Amino acid sequence: MPARTIPKAAILAEAARLRALFDDAGAMPVATSILQPAGALLDLYGEDIRARAFTTSDPLHGEQMLRPDFTVPVVQMHMAGGADPARYTYSGEVFRRQEDDPDRAREYIQVGFELFDGSDPARADAEVFALIAHALAEIPLRVATGDIGILSAAIRGLHTSDRRKAALLRHLWRPTRFRGLLDRFAAGPDKRRLKLLHSDDPFRQAGPEIGLRSRAEVETRLAALREDAQEPPLPKAQVQLLDDLLNLQDRAPAALHHLQDLAVDMPAIFRAVETLEVRLDALSERGIDIDKLDFEGSYGRTNMEYYDGFVFGFYAEGRRDLPPVALGGRYDALTRVLGQGRSIPAVGAVIRPDLALLTGTAP
Amino acid sequence: MTLKLGVPSKGRLMEKTFQWFANYGITLARTGSEREYSGVVEGIEGVELVLLSAGEVPRELAAGRIHMGVTGSDLVREKLPLWHMQVTELAEMGFGHADLIIAVPSHWVDVETLDDLDAAAAAFRARHGFRLRIATKYHRLIRNYLRTHGVADYQLVDSQGATEGTVRQETAEAVADITSTGETLRANHLRMLSDGPVHQSQATLFTSMIAPWDDEAMAAKEQIKARLGLRD
Repeated sequence: MPARTIPKAAILAEAARLRALFDDAGAMPVATSILQPAGALLDLYGEDIRARAFTTSDPLHGEQMLRPDFTVPVVQMHMAGGADPARYTYSGEVFRRQEDDPDRAREYIQVGFELFDGSDPARADAEVFALIAHALAEIPLRVATGDIGILSAAIRGLHTSDRRKAALLRHLWRPTRFRGLLDRFAAGPDKRRLKLLHSDDPFRQAGPEIGLRSRAEVETRLAALREDAQEPPLPKAQVQLLDDLLNLQDRAPAALHHLQDLAVDMPAIFRAVETLEVRLDALSERGIDIDKLDFEGSYGRTNMEYYDGFVFGFYAEGRRDLPPVALGGRYDALTRVLGQGRSIPAVGAVIRPDLALLTGTAP
Repeated sequence: MTLKLGVPSKGRLMEKTFQWFANYGITLARTGSEREYSGVVEGIEGVELVLLSAGEVPRELAAGRIHMGVTGSDLVREKLPLWHMQVTELAEMGFGHADLIIAVPSHWVDVETLDDLDAAAAAFRARHGFRLRIATKYHRLIRNYLRTHGVADYQLVDSQGATEGTVRQETAEAVADITSTGETLRANHLRMLSDGPVHQSQATLFTSMIAPWDDEAMAAKEQIKARLGLRD
């Protein structure tokens, strides 16, 4: 299907409409630089961000990136001295390299709303979701929701070592590697590995110590691997419970019931499921019809690193080729990473006015 | 217009390319002095020889300035995003074999697989405060490969030559480079991961989907394909 283009003036008008809604919701307008220091983004997202963001070099300030999103600079600004609670809104271009699809936009407008408030997370989640749902009420959209908090609680509750839990949590956003880790933890160490670990001198044919990673670091990891080899395999029943959670897909009330049942066998998720229940109540109070809301156990795992609680997306019905019209969630973890020890509960969302128009006016 | 055929301008890659075409009755030859980059094609009508560095062939194919070209399959994949929408592989030529691999210091006895590399990278970052550095000139291929396999906490640093030396110089912790026999790796106390190569490269004859294919160029291509025994 050839990409229909919406005139820029119409996109800017739609962005202004959305901004006005966010202003009315009590948000303070903020602006950020288009050129962002690459270092913070690379530390956060790793090398993958290079495939997604335009990088340029500044002769005096080093590597810079064209703003790939607003969240990072807005969080940095807030952490540097914002009030609590705080609501922010912004509107402007973001830039994304497209290596795989020439039809995807390289620059587009995002209009966002970010809420920093630790007093009542469920109400804050509901406020942001309802605001976005209200702003896009005229457009036929499919809504997906999930909760990374339940997943991470389930991992923390596994009957296995802290080291294994940490490895799983680190790769929660990389489903292939996550699955690989689970399989390995369930199977136990392979023979080749055991031979190395039980060798009198693992370094017999190792060659000289070169490079920055020292022999002591190698020995530290060998010790960790030896400890890990003593660890009993992850019980099959636990893997099944986790799979059940990951494969869950239902309307929110039914999903909640299912999760409450799961919590009997997985008490570790009890609190997180309670949080979901409170959030659904808060959404209802805000006028959201939760009986029609979809909940997916795995939602938010592939494209939303650092979202660590409630996650949601609004999608054009029947247009799987299009990116989401709106995307949001809770990102307490991001504030923790950027805050160098401090963290502030935060939830936010962005809308793409171009896609809202494209979907809203589609025949 | 005549069909422009881009081939490597020097070294073994040029000699082998000339030999390969000669086996099919197409004679490529350089003309003029040894230093002059001009050549001729004999035994076939309407083909013009363009002598280039192998590294420039992908770009020239994608720009449509040459119709056909000989270069390594690794270079096309590295330099052209969506390469299969810009060029097609007409024939694998059976020489210039090289594997793109990831290698670590051989004293890292704890690192045999990508799984280990990922775990070592996490520990390295926690200890040193920066992401584990992998020296390479194959940025796109390596980044895509590591993303597909879910490796995190690494960074790519650019190295256009003598890549195997970067670990000893402590400008990188690991390398990603092409190797044919692995001898340079061993000489520099490096060992490749056991997961297998990222890409197995060889010299390949590509055709451009961008170049202006008028009747004359098409006719020349059909002649070449007939000589090579290729059918559509």
